[in-house]
Amino acid sequence: MAILVYAEHDNVSLKPATLNVVAAAQAIGGDVHILVAGQGAQAAADAAAQVAGVSKVLLADNATYAHQLAENVSLLVANVGKAYTHILAAATSNGKNFMPRVAALLDVSQISDIIKVISPDTFERPIYAGNAIATVQSSDSIKVITVRGTGFDPVAATGGSAAIEAVAEADDLGKSKFVSEELAKSERPELTAARIVVSGGRGMANGENFEKVLVPLVDKLGAAMGASRAAVDAGFVPNDLQVGQTGKIVAPDLYVAVGISGAIQHLAGMKDSKVIVAINKDEEAPIGTVADYFLVGDLFQVVPELTSKL
Amino acid sequence: MKALVAVKRVVDYNVKVRVKADKTGVDLTNVKMSINPFCEIAVEEAVRLKEKGVVTEIVVVSVGPTAAQEQIRSAMALGADRGILVQTDDAVGPLAVAKILKAIADQEQPQIILLGKQAIDDDNNQAGQMLAALMGVGQGTFASKVTVEGTSLKVEREVDGGAQVVDLTLPAIVTTDLRLNEPRYAALPNIMKARKKPLETKTPADYGVNTAPTVKTLKVEPPAERKAGIKVKSVDELIEKLKNEAKVI
Repeated sequence: MAILVYAEHDNVSLKPATLNVVAAAQAIGGDVHILVAGQGAQAAADAAAQVAGVSKVLLADNATYAHQLAENVSLLVANVGKAYTHILAAATSNGKNFMPRVAALLDVSQISDIIKVISPDTFERPIYAGNAIATVQSSDSIKVITVRGTGFDPVAATGGSAAIEAVAEADDLGKSKFVSEELAKSERPELTAARIVVSGGRGMANGENFEKVLVPLVDKLGAAMGASRAAVDAGFVPNDLQVGQTGKIVAPDLYVAVGISGAIQHLAGMKDSKVIVAINKDEEAPIGTVADYFLVGDLFQVVPELTSKL
Repeated sequence: MKALVAVKRVVDYNVKVRVKADKTGVDLTNVKMSINPFCEIAVEEAVRLKEKGVVTEIVVVSVGPTAAQEQIRSAMALGADRGILVQTDDAVGPLAVAKILKAIADQEQPQIILLGKQAIDDDNNQAGQMLAALMGVGQGTFASKVTVEGTSLKVEREVDGGAQVVDLTLPAIVTTDLRLNEPRYAALPNIMKARKKPLETKTPADYGVNTAPTVKTLKVEPPAERKAGIKVKSVDELIEKLKNEAKVI
């Protein structure tokens, strides 16, 4: 049994999400290979070769894969993946984009967002915004799976010494072109990998308050900043900060929800956090049902006080 | 050009679902059902493209039980022109839905196919991508902006870390993100008019699609309960608890 893991990377370095996927692959058991597809991605392949427990790295280095366009990446993965029993990728926006195409090209089902491996063909995954956990069994010859990173502890990024093999083929479906990209720059830890996350909601009232009130707390804690959908929709912060069913799924050691009521869609993205703190002036807010510590009070007084006393 | 929109009947997003005691699934008896919110956004986008004169006809499809007619009628009340219900009482997975939609697309020859990015019941986020693969066309998933430019489609997509713009050759698939638009409410006269719009009923067999799933649900359980927390009275108490009790800072 051999398992192919698709590497999440920016050509230069491996994204931490890849390490969680390798952990899921090891839980399934078997030889683990990593596929790095990109342009000028030798450095990412070198990093992949050092990941603990990986026996081979495949590098498809071609302009076709420069922007991870699903149309082209899926042709590559389906072709390379035919030799494997399992194909795994992180349930990031990239993995979610191309993996179902891989499954359809191989005429098999895909299992999305697994949080636990029961056996090589049986997995647990959340449904209904995390309000139910389904145990599913696949009878497909090749299991195409996306992995929810927060469900698996990452493997060590170093300690391995896999050989790197070049993959020569490069398919271009010719139906899509990359035009541009606008990525938010941030010095803070990545939201999905941070140990502490501080999120703001509608209660922040505007974007300036995020900067003025929340950011000092975020930086004091060395945390990543998140937001609820209400805060994103109101334009307070960019949407890549959104935590929830339709945003990012996080499970940090400490999650601080500031001015967030706790709608189902938000809870689906953070209720697996180890410790949850809620700061809200509404004592009845549903966030109270999941919070370990609930401080009822005006965030505009409480948050600066908390920041100064830490 | 013609637009094809796929809609799904799902439990209403406001409903707090309960897992059945026998662990076979989620209890849906007497629960309010609605059109999946992402699908509603797909319908709205198609209607806006029609209002701009880009799209001339909107065909809405649903694969599901007889009652899914309600969701097709809702889509018609928002502005879709006609409907196709592919009737089945089985739970149909994303791959089978994609195969049915592919067969319909082969007949209808739409230039743009809109779907929601995911259904809020199974949370799969697969059908649109699978359909694009089966048709061999480009996909603009998680779309927050869609513009038709001649024979191509410009799609602004939401990706981790920001936004990306891709250019697709038509025909193409779009799956909608929440920020694509704000769906309108159906006015009563439009709901009345929607009753008279044509709605065809088919079965998966009419399209030669086998809906038997290769992924079997063994059981469905409620997630682990979190222990009830405590209310803290002051910032000092909160810091003390986080340091000494939870030991997270």
